[in-house]
Amino acid sequence: MEEKFDAIIVGAGLAGLGAAYTLAQEGLEVLLLERGDYPGSKNVTGGRIYLNPVRELYPDLWKKAPLERHITQEGVSVMAGQRSLSVSYRGDELAEEPYQSYSILRAKFDRWMSKQAERKGAMLVSRSRVDDLIIENGRVEGVYAGGDELRSQVVIACDGVLSLMAEKAGLRKPGSAGQYGVGFKEVIELDSALINERFGLEDDEGAARLFMGEVTRGKFGGGFLYTNKDSISLGIVVGIKDLMEGQPVIQAPILLDEFKQRPEVSRLIRGGETVEYSAHVIPEGGLKAITKLSGDGILVAGDAAGFSMNIGVTVRGMEYALASGYYAAQAVIQAKAREDFSAASLASYESMLNDSFVMQDFKNFSEAPEALENHRFYTYYPELAGNIMRDLYSVTAGNKEKIFPTVKKYFGTGELWAIFKDMRKVMKI
Amino acid sequence: MSEIMGLKAKLGLDVFKHDKEPHIKIKAGMEKDPRLKRAILVCPAGLYEENQDGEVELTIDGCLECGTCRIACGTEVLDWYYPSGGAGVQFRFG
Repeated sequence: MEEKFDAIIVGAGLAGLGAAYTLAQEGLEVLLLERGDYPGSKNVTGGRIYLNPVRELYPDLWKKAPLERHITQEGVSVMAGQRSLSVSYRGDELAEEPYQSYSILRAKFDRWMSKQAERKGAMLVSRSRVDDLIIENGRVEGVYAGGDELRSQVVIACDGVLSLMAEKAGLRKPGSAGQYGVGFKEVIELDSALINERFGLEDDEGAARLFMGEVTRGKFGGGFLYTNKDSISLGIVVGIKDLMEGQPVIQAPILLDEFKQRPEVSRLIRGGETVEYSAHVIPEGGLKAITKLSGDGILVAGDAAGFSMNIGVTVRGMEYALASGYYAAQAVIQAKAREDFSAASLASYESMLNDSFVMQDFKNFSEAPEALENHRFYTYYPELAGNIMRDLYSVTAGNKEKIFPTVKKYFGTGELWAIFKDMRKVMKI
Repeated sequence: MSEIMGLKAKLGLDVFKHDKEPHIKIKAGMEKDPRLKRAILVCPAGLYEENQDGEVELTIDGCLECGTCRIACGTEVLDWYYPSGGAGVQFRFG
């Protein structure tokens, strides 16, 4: 009789690795298929991972994990054409263990995590692209990969943001541009001592900075910078719909080149050497864009299910991937114990997700995508903030205008009303 | 000011492994479809170009497999799949 796995996992990203690790730990027969040379070789992050939500789901994982720096400094810059206004935050709690978040490079981390999953007993096959699902009598029975027919009780689709597997299973349709952003970044090598000096860091402390406004030419999105151990991740995320509709017409890669030229950024990366350029689509549709999470013989986790969320101050996806992979695995473990892999039995995945921070976050922040879509945040407000600061700090040859009138002239009745309306939307986040 | 690095030079930093055939193809007869023109703007690797006849052409070498063109243009104009196992871009940092 041919071998039948308890679970076949498509894709060794964080959802797939999390599911494989969890299943193997409980002694289930699990096959993890990865199309890249090694887990992580196709995976991209901005990137920073927040550990608190997933620490307890993988208690043994974090101590030796190859993460980069723990983030002790947060910064946001509002970028106008020729000026910018920045807020930076540091707090003792960010510098205390257990650290809240770390910068991360996925090729390193995912590869390491796959070794942990293998050590637990998961079978990993790299350089293996899944071509199709085996569907019999409406039920997913396994996958076709590189000419092989591989069978399992359950397939867990962790094949990333496009999830061709979920499409094939009829759980989703190709996504619409308004619900996705594209991120592209450079990894710029820079001596760690120089990074510490430039950002005011010590040892393994790290900095995270977000930039909004002119960096995306007013389009939905922003720039990001994370310090790694001896490199900087610098990139742009921009809404695909805004990008393709033009107004202004600009090719995506130019945004990153312009971003690097900004004086706020250029001196931070000066002398650094770009060693990699990468890009990836990011789900940004929030609750409305989450796909069907399960079908007969199939579960969907991570980006594949739409689990990634931008709420302005934080942009998160990796924790949702790790958590949804974990809960998908738990659902399979329970199904195995019941000896019942029916769709009804596997639906426990959804109820576990509903009770977890994953769906609670998505419900809490269901208004975020619409509120953040407001183009005034990327054009009007950055210019306004920049102009007010310019006038406040300006000392000309003549007399200086009093402070209140300096600011007040920007806030006529029309502007105030428009700002009030914008704020009402933001308050829903 | 840091010097501007060309896109070709940037892509030259990445590790790519050759595939037997292109994993993304413009569907026959769709070369002039307006939906395809979106790819010229959205592709982070700048792999789509319009030629003198108004047709959009795709150079697959340098594809970062990000998926943006599939979402922007749709599957009516693009045949889109991932490269075969072990082929395509292999990120060393990610």
